[in-house]
Amino acid sequence: MIREFGTSELWFVVSSARWTLALTLIALGLGGVLGFVIALARVSRLAPLRWLAAGWIGLVQGVPVLMLLFLSYYGLSLAGLDLPPLVAAGISLSFYASGFLGEIWRGCIQSVPWQQWEASAALALSRAQQYRYVVLPQAVRIAVPPTVGFIVQLVKNTSIVSIIGVVELARAGHLVNNATFQPMRVFCVVALVYFCICWPISLAARWLERRMHVGRAG
Amino acid sequence: MSVVRVEGVRKSYGALEVLKGVSMQVERGEVVAIIGRSGSGKSTLLRCLNGLEPIQAGRIEVAGHTLDSSGKGLRDLRKDVGIVFQSYNLFPHLKVGENIMLAPRVVLGCSRAEARARAEQTLAQVGLAEKIEAWPDNLSGGQAQRVAIARSLAMQPKVMLFDEVTSALDPELTGEVLATLEGLAQAGMTMLLVTHEMAFARRVAHRTVFMHQGLLHEEGPSEALFSAPRTAELRQFLSGGLK
Repeated sequence: MIREFGTSELWFVVSSARWTLALTLIALGLGGVLGFVIALARVSRLAPLRWLAAGWIGLVQGVPVLMLLFLSYYGLSLAGLDLPPLVAAGISLSFYASGFLGEIWRGCIQSVPWQQWEASAALALSRAQQYRYVVLPQAVRIAVPPTVGFIVQLVKNTSIVSIIGVVELARAGHLVNNATFQPMRVFCVVALVYFCICWPISLAARWLERRMHVGRAG
Repeated sequence: MSVVRVEGVRKSYGALEVLKGVSMQVERGEVVAIIGRSGSGKSTLLRCLNGLEPIQAGRIEVAGHTLDSSGKGLRDLRKDVGIVFQSYNLFPHLKVGENIMLAPRVVLGCSRAEARARAEQTLAQVGLAEKIEAWPDNLSGGQAQRVAIARSLAMQPKVMLFDEVTSALDPELTGEVLATLEGLAQAGMTMLLVTHEMAFARRVAHRTVFMHQGLLHEEGPSEALFSAPRTAELRQFLSGGLK
């Protein structure tokens, strides 16, 4: 029986965007914290830490998100750890985000001129103080555009978790289309919802970038 | 009593030996100019004095601190030894006042009011009291360099090092920075300056050191050294129009 694409179907699609948002926030939160640690490890003075971080980044970036997802869902369940799909999805997206954010932020930290390190060292700041007061505040400014670019990618890439049965935006659209067989309408709505999430993020980034440059010519 | 004591310092970058056993002393309140060709090791010597460059041999003692490789001793030394660089290196994300207040606050643990007072006082000393709320990007080169000097002074160092601080400035701006340095010298600050400003070195420095190929080649009271150089290398350096 083919259903109409009515209000309740529309609501089902739109409301499932909450899982897309939730997964994005989880990946951003956990992946962000992990990514920050990885970025710091990547520029550490201790070589083993640098190698470890580089290895993690290489691994995460060199493997499709889908494989991370299968590994945490099917792989871990074989190992006796039966994760609910949502948890497996959150973990794999967090790993994915940590690898990319770690690498993006490493670049931002390293693009702060070395003279800033030298000047702050000459003022007797400790390494931690140099990070806290001199290097990271400058790196954050540099980090805004590429980080936002990645967040937008992340929002869209959460659609991949539909494969293991998490009903987020893309999966909801798929289900509704199966019932109504109105792909143009359904997927236009899905696309529109993605757009409504991503576009404001880009706008916010531009606003943030302008705000952080107040009073600065460069 | 010597504030700076350098004994047999050697420094190499890979196979290239830049300092080949340098020894010198600087007394309290003394102003010493270090001159020499590019590559003679004069900037390297200055940078070794506050541990920005590790040394391979010899001994450095500044303001009672002996330089070793441990981080702790290094930071104590740097509290007493200020350095100003050719390229100012102000922190672009902080206003002028905050640039100056940062190290007194986080390194010395000064209160905000105390740090602010230091910023006001040192800015007045370099003639830029009105710039305390300005952003570094909005300063001229000469102003930026004077703020960098004020930032160092706010730590109330016992010794100040100046590494070609006017080399990036055009002649008009050079004058204002040199005037600031001269004021500091007159106030009794112990200073070592690497400089290409020969007239300034001759007039302001009590003593001038000529470095040549990684060694102290000739040194003496500035006036005597400039008017009657003893070695052929210094004569050639001073006369040849060679920088």
